Amino acid sequence: MSAAPRPARTMNVDLRVNLAGVELPTPVLGASGCFGFGRELAGFVDLPRVGGVVTKSISLEPRRGRPTPRMAETPAGMLNAIGLQNPGVEAYCANELPFLAEAGARVVTSVFGHTAREFAILAERLSGEGAVDLLELNLSCPNADRREQVFAADPAAAADVVAKVKRHARQPVLAKLTADVTDLVAVAKAVVDAGADGLVLINTLLGMAVDVRTRRPKLAAVTGGLSGPAIRPVAVRCVWQVAQALPGVPIVGSGGIATGEDAAEFLLVGATAVAVGTANFVEPRALEMVAGELAAYLASVELGTPKELAATFKAQV
Amino acid sequence: MSRPEEPGAAGLPPPAPARAGARPAAVQELARVFAIKRVGAYHALSLVSPAIAKLARPGQFVEVRTGHPSSFMLRRPFSIHSIQRGGPGVGSVEIAFEVVGPGTAQLAEVRPHDQVDLVGPLGVPFGLPEKSANCLLVGGGYGTAPLFFLAEELRARRCRVDFVVGAATEGRLFKAMDAKRLAQTLAITTDDGSAGTRGLVTDVLLDVLARTRAERVYACGPMPMLAVVSRVAAATRVPCEVAVEERMACGTGLCWSCVIPVYPPAAEQARGAAGRRFDPSARTPTRMARTCVDGPVFDGDAVAWRELGYEAVRVHEGGQLAMELLP
Repeated sequence: MSAAPRPARTMNVDLRVNLAGVELPTPVLGASGCFGFGRELAGFVDLPRVGGVVTKSISLEPRRGRPTPRMAETPAGMLNAIGLQNPGVEAYCANELPFLAEAGARVVTSVFGHTAREFAILAERLSGEGAVDLLELNLSCPNADRREQVFAADPAAAADVVAKVKRHARQPVLAKLTADVTDLVAVAKAVVDAGADGLVLINTLLGMAVDVRTRRPKLAAVTGGLSGPAIRPVAVRCVWQVAQALPGVPIVGSGGIATGEDAAEFLLVGATAVAVGTANFVEPRALEMVAGELAAYLASVELGTPKELAATFKAQV
Repeated sequence: MSRPEEPGAAGLPPPAPARAGARPAAVQELARVFAIKRVGAYHALSLVSPAIAKLARPGQFVEVRTGHPSSFMLRRPFSIHSIQRGGPGVGSVEIAFEVVGPGTAQLAEVRPHDQVDLVGPLGVPFGLPEKSANCLLVGGGYGTAPLFFLAEELRARRCRVDFVVGAATEGRLFKAMDAKRLAQTLAITTDDGSAGTRGLVTDVLLDVLARTRAERVYACGPMPMLAVVSRVAAATRVPCEVAVEERMACGTGLCWSCVIPVYPPAAEQARGAAGRRFDPSARTPTRMARTCVDGPVFDGDAVAWRELGYEAVRVHEGGQLAMELLP
């Protein structure tokens, strides 16, 4: 396993958090698909000092992804339809993981399978990789090939994946869910009952944009995942609902976080940690800035740790 | 455009030179606007950015933050048009752009002394010849902009530089007269014939290649133009590099939006060894490469133009050129 994290301290604030049994130097992670494999921004952020790197989702075989255009900017956010392009688990273990281990980063490996069995094979393959601190199951990618591969759209399907993965995984398992469901709490309960050690809320929201000049969709895949500050209120609502229903279950809040106060919003409603996604595209030092601003915020409200924040939340206006 | 300094309470340093990483060095720099001026249909923006000016090489680009921080607009990528390195601690970077949307519209509003947040230099630069060589630079529209930086570097290496520039109209040519000063010869084409030869740069390419005895071709402009230039260069066995443009979100390799299909190096070698290197019917598996970190400069024959929808170019005996574009 990686070396012990160096605590990130500002004034009397200790940003360290324990996420599903893994100690992180800060509660601010780089979100899957938005932080590459860590090496891309190694010149801008100090990887051992960031909360963790959630990798791009890895599948059993390499995936080519969708045609272009894959991206369209939207108000306070963007749509993407990358289509889970990745080099496959063997190339990941050979070429990407050693860099992350060497750099001393906390590694959350995101995995994607077409079936529950594929997820289980991936978990087994990664169980021997000491550099992987946690697994994130991408049960909710809106750019999956078929809707039934959005396992998190159905409590039973999502629970089946988690149960099969848990038989093989050696690392704690986080289930990444989607807000594009009628009853998110039911899905969250199902995956926790199946053994998930924590939750990641939320994935991008399924969206669409049209170019009225060409009268065509802006994305080659027609639909894509909406991210950025535009979705933050949805994400905060989801964390709040699930934290209320499942107290004590670790939650990584994600959706449109660009500042320390954005992160604090998620911690107040019950998240243990947060993942910063699209903001990394705009601000290459976003992870360090969000963590620094969060520390400054905690100091300003005279709290010493992120964990103390949730207890101070007042549920009425 | 001015972006306030980040809160200092968190113990964070101001934007600073990047630490050694796996990628070539890039930095974030708050740059003062030195000058902004209209150049025909385009804007040329000069920014005081010594760190980026020091590191930049021709073909690389910068990512510019536009809009108010609260608007959360993505950065916009612009290739580097020219560099003034100046004395110690002084240096500037010039970019050229056309107003096409809200980001470029806001960028066109900056005034001298405003601050602009830059990340760069990013991407793979043009490869420069080891020895003096005859270099033909082919630019379309504001795609001509990065070729000026390249021309300066080539001339410093005692290379012969010739330019072919084209655009829809005379007003959409980018600094054609300045190109003339940098080049041995300049050929101009416009779609409407308002300047130079009526037609496309690719119409005059074979003639110019022969006349200038070009040993290297460098091109930047619209993708259909780059497809033809690459094919013509390949057919005439002149090494060719192209700087491509694909929609980007980050510019730093994170998001995988800006991909194009390329032949992997091993497959390229196999194709070359089989003597079918330029056979457009070859069904070599391609991979999707990020134009921001694997490009924007690619070897012309590494790009899978056919997959991008550009059919073969055929050079007939007698020098006639024919190309079919898929619908």
